[in-house]
Amino acid sequence: MLYVVITFLCLGILLYFLLGGADFGAGIIELFTHRRNIRRTRTTMYHAIGPIWEANHMWLIIAIVILFVGFPRIYATMSVYLHIPLLLLLIGIIARGTAFVFRHYDAVVDEMQVVYNNIFVYSSFLTPLFLGIIAGSVVSGHIDVQADNFLDAYVFSWLHWFSVAVGFFTVALCGFLAAIYLIGEAEEEQDRRRFIEKAKILNLVAVICGALVFVSAQVEGVPLVNWLFGNAVSFTAIVAATLSLLLLWVLLGRGQSKVLRFLAGFQVTMILVAIGYAHFPNFLLLRGGDHLSLFEAQAPASTINALGWALVLGSVLILPALFYLFYSFQKKPLHDYEV
Amino acid sequence: MDDLFAARSQMALSLGFHIIYACIGMVMPFFMAVSHYRYLTSHQDVYKRLTKAWSKGVAIFFATGAVSGTMLSFELGLLWPKFMEHAGPIFGMPFSLEGTAFFIEAIALGFFLYGWGRFNPWFHWFTGVVVGLSGLASGILVVSANAWMNSPAGFDYVNGQYLNIDPIKAMFNDAWFSQALHMTLAAFAATGFAVAGLHALMILRKKNVVFHAKAFKIAAIFGAVAAILQPISGDISAKDVAQRQPAKLAAMEAHFHTEKAAPLVLGGLPDEDKKEVNYAIKIPGMLSFLAHGNFEQEVTGLDQIPEENHPPVLVTHIAFQIMVGLGMFLMLVSFLYLLALWKKKNWLYSTWLLRLFVMAIPLGFIAIEAGWTVTEVGRQPWILNGIMRTKDAVTPMPGIAYSFYLFAAIYVSLSLVVAYLLYRQIKAVPTLYDVTPAPEPAHATH
Ligand code: HDD
Ligand code: HEM
Ligand code: HEM
Repeated sequence: MLYVVITFLCLGILLYFLLGGADFGAGIIELFTHRRNIRRTRTTMYHAIGPIWEANHMWLIIAIVILFVGFPRIYATMSVYLHIPLLLLLIGIIARGTAFVFRHYDAVVDEMQVVYNNIFVYSSFLTPLFLGIIAGSVVSGHIDVQADNFLDAYVFSWLHWFSVAVGFFTVALCGFLAAIYLIGEAEEEQDRRRFIEKAKILNLVAVICGALVFVSAQVEGVPLVNWLFGNAVSFTAIVAATLSLLLLWVLLGRGQSKVLRFLAGFQVTMILVAIGYAHFPNFLLLRGGDHLSLFEAQAPASTINALGWALVLGSVLILPALFYLFYSFQKKPLHDYEV
Repeated sequence: MDDLFAARSQMALSLGFHIIYACIGMVMPFFMAVSHYRYLTSHQDVYKRLTKAWSKGVAIFFATGAVSGTMLSFELGLLWPKFMEHAGPIFGMPFSLEGTAFFIEAIALGFFLYGWGRFNPWFHWFTGVVVGLSGLASGILVVSANAWMNSPAGFDYVNGQYLNIDPIKAMFNDAWFSQALHMTLAAFAATGFAVAGLHALMILRKKNVVFHAKAFKIAAIFGAVAAILQPISGDISAKDVAQRQPAKLAAMEAHFHTEKAAPLVLGGLPDEDKKEVNYAIKIPGMLSFLAHGNFEQEVTGLDQIPEENHPPVLVTHIAFQIMVGLGMFLMLVSFLYLLALWKKKNWLYSTWLLRLFVMAIPLGFIAIEAGWTVTEVGRQPWILNGIMRTKDAVTPMPGIAYSFYLFAAIYVSLSLVVAYLLYRQIKAVPTLYDVTPAPEPAHATH
């Protein structure tokens, strides 16, 4: 059962990155869209994520619940030492989620829209930034449970070059995922072109940020190179990610939005697999080489069993419905119907 | 502000905020389903417009409920890491099932909001019902987690160790049923009265009367039935508290001295130093009866409980009085309304009855906040009744006060925006949802 629980945990994190990430990315793209085109971008985006955006963010809750029920020590340690970035992440989530809904359900369309839009785009940028910072801090080994002063314990645990670089890398990936996703949703050639253009730029930015991640890992003493190239699985995953990137560039001009989506998702998945595999089962790396592992920090067997069954039963109920949701709103563009 | 107090205030603020959205999010879908059903069976267009108008409101509340809930699942760890480290595996079962319920709710809501004219009408209707049912299930599950904090079960506590964990037993602890029942009724009563009151206000202002009258009736019937059952369920809760948490009961009732044939204290200001209640009305024997079903039985007072385990009496007592007082008022209004429906049709659109409903708009929610204050403050100094103290659970990180101020600012501004949006929704009814008002029926104007 432990493996079932771990699988769901990994799946929750992965899907949140892919689906929630594309969602954040849509806001990031809006932030960098010329005023001339912004209305059309917004419409495309709303039609693309309106019906599913709520479901996309459930993956985060699933991952958190699995952590606190199944691996309470990991959850507690993260909550204590990463309190500040978690708080900022939360503020981003609340600002973004409410602004998204407010701007579509406000009965009157007036200047308030400007406020909602601003909140929406800036929080779409900041939320994945802090998500990346948290992800970076979890593996960076900067969390110091012995620290005796505020800065070392609660600030430098997450504020360092490596995690900040991971943060920007995450932002770029989210934007990239969204651009690729939106290519398939655009209805006019001119919009499609714009999204292709955006995808290219964001991909370049992601590559640059990725390079910065490597440099900062060197600076901060994070053995990233060793993780990624030191074992066969991670190495293969990285090679696969690179190949899919090349293929994606070749295919970008030619449409085939489904293939593009698959390749982009595959690429991000491979990056996560490479990192995750490298130090599995250790989840939270601490200063001084200590770590909290999924095997050692697990809850008692009775809890893990119950949790595993709950997850399995839950997914039997959820997955078919979720697929049907994606499928139904994929078939025909939303504005053919009354909303 | 010290860190413990700041953490407690932040938790209370976040939950107090979330609960309002959660209640509306779990009850409104049922109102919509009724109205939608009416539309599908009678094809009166007004019901379709009403369903749509309500569903816009629900989307706003649902999103706010979802983000504030997401915050809570982090805050439990951010504020109470030591508690979660031990409690997580024990009371996690309802939370993991709740995850499923939320997910289904989010999916069903996607179908419902965007599904007009797209699916078989009855499938579409059904997805709306699923939104309501799964919301209800989440509410019940999370309350069972809270009930476990009042009535710990499903583990053995030996020398500071939590052994033999049984998450299922923990979920079905002694308090879960009485609390879940009371909470569910509270959600229906509070939301029913708030919604009915808003529509009553519009009827009083003679705006789109047919539209608002239909809305009013649906909400008022739900609210009235729940509000009549509420005191009965409250009595079950009180008997339950008397059994498992005598200190909480004593604080609720400001019952300082153990006695036989204990009187019920109505109102009054407890003086915790002198251990007496000033300005109160006392009904002899009534407390013994309410707590134990017998006018003579002894009721444990605070004098039998060690000083360091006393909950704050003043806050608990006043909050309890507020809840019960409002509960009685809502019950009264409900009886009047049901009587009007049944026998006195001419009362139905009379100004005084509608005014009573307008007055009641916030009352159910005030009662809910008061009720939770009773439950939570009355459990102090324990976070996990009798096992872990709140002060031992709080995060070691200093400066929680700043995070509390930040959250307070966010919640206050969010509440203002939501109120503003709702105001605009209601104002937009004539232009968006009810463009050509049907001729007013004679009885609707008095
Ligand atoms: C509309 C809201 C509302 C109304 C009218 C009432 N209550 Fe209530 N009450 C709640 C809303 C609520 C609540 C917010 O939902 C609580 C908090 C925890 C819970 O399970 O329900 C609660 C808790 C609560 C508790 C504590 C339970 C515990 O700690 O486990 C008691 C003893 C009562 N109630 C009793 C009553 C009585 C005797 C009422 C008589 C009229 C009453 N309530 C009306
Ligand atoms: C939604 C309704 C709820 C409201 C309005 C509410 C209100 C409060 C209040 C007023 C406090 C502060 C008590 C004090 O410190 O004196 C508190 C504390 C707390 N509540 Fe609740 N509560 C609610 C439900 C829950 C639920 C469902 C849970 C968990 C499953 C929970 C967990 C906690 C925890 C962990 C604390 C902090 C420790 C403590 O003070 O006991 N609460 N809540
Ligand atoms: C008595 C207290 C509570 C009740 C009755 C309650 C009930 C609900 C309900 C009915 C919803 C669905 C929201 C909607 O439909 O608008 C919801 C959402 C949520 N609640 Fe609570 N809740 C309570 C306390 C908590 C606590 C303590 C937590 C955290 C540990 C929590 C976590 C969540 C989460 C994560 C969501 C969002 C899920 C979604 O997207 O639908 N809730 N809650």
